[in-house]
Amino acid sequence: MNTSNVKKIILVLALATSYAAVAGEVSDSDKIAQYREMISDGNPADFDEMRGEELWKTASGPKNATLQQCDLGKGAGVVKGAYAELPRYFKDTQKVQDLESRLLTCMTTLQGIPEEEITARPFSSDTKQSDISSLATYVVGQSKNVKMNVLVKNPKEKEAYEIGKRMFSYRAGPYDFACSTCHATSHVRIRMQDLPNFFDKKDAQSAYTSWPAYRVSQGLTRSFQWRLNDCYRQQRFPEPKFASEATIALTMFLAVSANGADYAGPGLKR
Amino acid sequence: MNTKWIIAAAVTTALATLSTPVLAAKTDSNLDAKTTEIMKRDFRDKGIAKAERVNQDELQATCSKYLDKLPAKLKLKLEAAQLKTIQWPADGNYMGDWKAGEKLAQSGKGMTWSDKADEPAGGNCYNCHQLSAREIAYGTIGPSLLHFAIKRGDGPDAQRHVYGHIYNAKAYQACANMPRFGQMNILTEAQIKDLVALLLDPESPVNK
Ligand code: HEC
Ligand code: HEC
Repeated sequence: MNTSNVKKIILVLALATSYAAVAGEVSDSDKIAQYREMISDGNPADFDEMRGEELWKTASGPKNATLQQCDLGKGAGVVKGAYAELPRYFKDTQKVQDLESRLLTCMTTLQGIPEEEITARPFSSDTKQSDISSLATYVVGQSKNVKMNVLVKNPKEKEAYEIGKRMFSYRAGPYDFACSTCHATSHVRIRMQDLPNFFDKKDAQSAYTSWPAYRVSQGLTRSFQWRLNDCYRQQRFPEPKFASEATIALTMFLAVSANGADYAGPGLKR
Repeated sequence: MNTKWIIAAAVTTALATLSTPVLAAKTDSNLDAKTTEIMKRDFRDKGIAKAERVNQDELQATCSKYLDKLPAKLKLKLEAAQLKTIQWPADGNYMGDWKAGEKLAQSGKGMTWSDKADEPAGGNCYNCHQLSAREIAYGTIGPSLLHFAIKRGDGPDAQRHVYGHIYNAKAYQACANMPRFGQMNILTEAQIKDLVALLLDPESPVNK
């Protein structure tokens, strides 16, 4: 992305913010479509993707190693197309893993970085970027236009899928909410925000394949683990532990519901 | 339920009897148990949202399990139990101040881990419902409540219905998507009365 594109994006974001203030009657999806058109040749997530690529290729950690030998499921070092097949079962850890939990495995085993150090900063903030989140943005970018093909073959993959499905409808907390409260009916919204129905193939595909995404309202690129985390916040639940079995199972269920669509991220969102 | 469904259900039952229904049921209940176990292990306290919130009461567990296929008898049983939780106003008066109600309806605050313990929760009503014609940024998870009193009247029955519905929506529809604002201590009796007024007062923008 060159400087003129960067300037253009900054201008568009400034416009977008003022739009949002006046255009109460325009739905969020319409506004997002407008920004997309205006910045069709660049997404600020590109910066995070570049940062992630740099991190991937730079030796670091106590073992002073790069992540270039990391096996994301298609063999050591293969990044291209890897995200379109995640989550999946990994023999070495004997677990089903999503992208972020797999990156965690590679960072701890190859680079020797203590797990607590990584999980202490799973998400970026205004003041500090998260390495694991930038790495995820890099990896997903290498699956752009690759067809989602998440398999449910291995018994552990089947179990993760089934648990994820149950978690989707798991109601609890002071508001009795589950994911299904907000995401199991078509054409509904909260205030002006359209809600995808994950039981509808098209909705599920466009929702899943557009994450991770750059959030215009936050000025940050957000990972899929972050997306789940924030929906659990809105659900009035306690916090799901980063890269936990629960979050992986739920991701498995959502990823499978998106199978067949071309992966389209990193996306751009309100 | 139409005939197609009845036939489909009958065929499924017949097939299930032929295969190994006991085994299938067992796998399912193992998975249910494992899901609960994982929910209890993989969530942690954050701010006011404590880990214990993942523990389900009977209603939550039943609605999660049956989704929209809750057997009619069980539904009635759950609704009867929820109806008993409603604390009706001791003074017999249901109507508060619609202006305060409108403020509450607008506020989406409350009970998330980013909310503070000492900040009162809002009603979140506009998140899911159309209410005043003036507010165009309304959600559609719940039905439109615009012109509620014009359509449904504002007498004692309507007042009691709306008060009860806000206090505990599950008394009327066991697995409704609407929270139980009174029963779960999200809103106080006085706040619920303000919301009843928002829906039923002829002067409220909902009825303009
Ligand atoms: C109380 C409402 C609510 C609940 C409960 C909820 N969500 Fe969401 N979800 C939203 C809203 C609102 C958005 C729109 C994005 C935003 O926050 O701006 C969204 C967006 C999403 C998206 C991104 C869709 C897109 O196209 O960008 C995913 C994926 C998602 N939710 C998954 C989940 C899962 C999984 C759960 C359960 C853990 C869940 N949500 C629970 C309200 C909710
Ligand atoms: C998360 C979504 C949600 C929220 C928040 C919510 N509702 Fe509802 N509401 C619903 C749904 C869904 C229904 C229909 C199902 C049912 O019968 O309970 C409903 C039904 C109602 C009804 C009954 C309508 C009728 O025709 O009898 C009333 C009254 C009502 N809501 C008022 C409110 C008020 C006031 C608030 C705010 C304090 C509120 N709701 C917040 C989802 C919601």
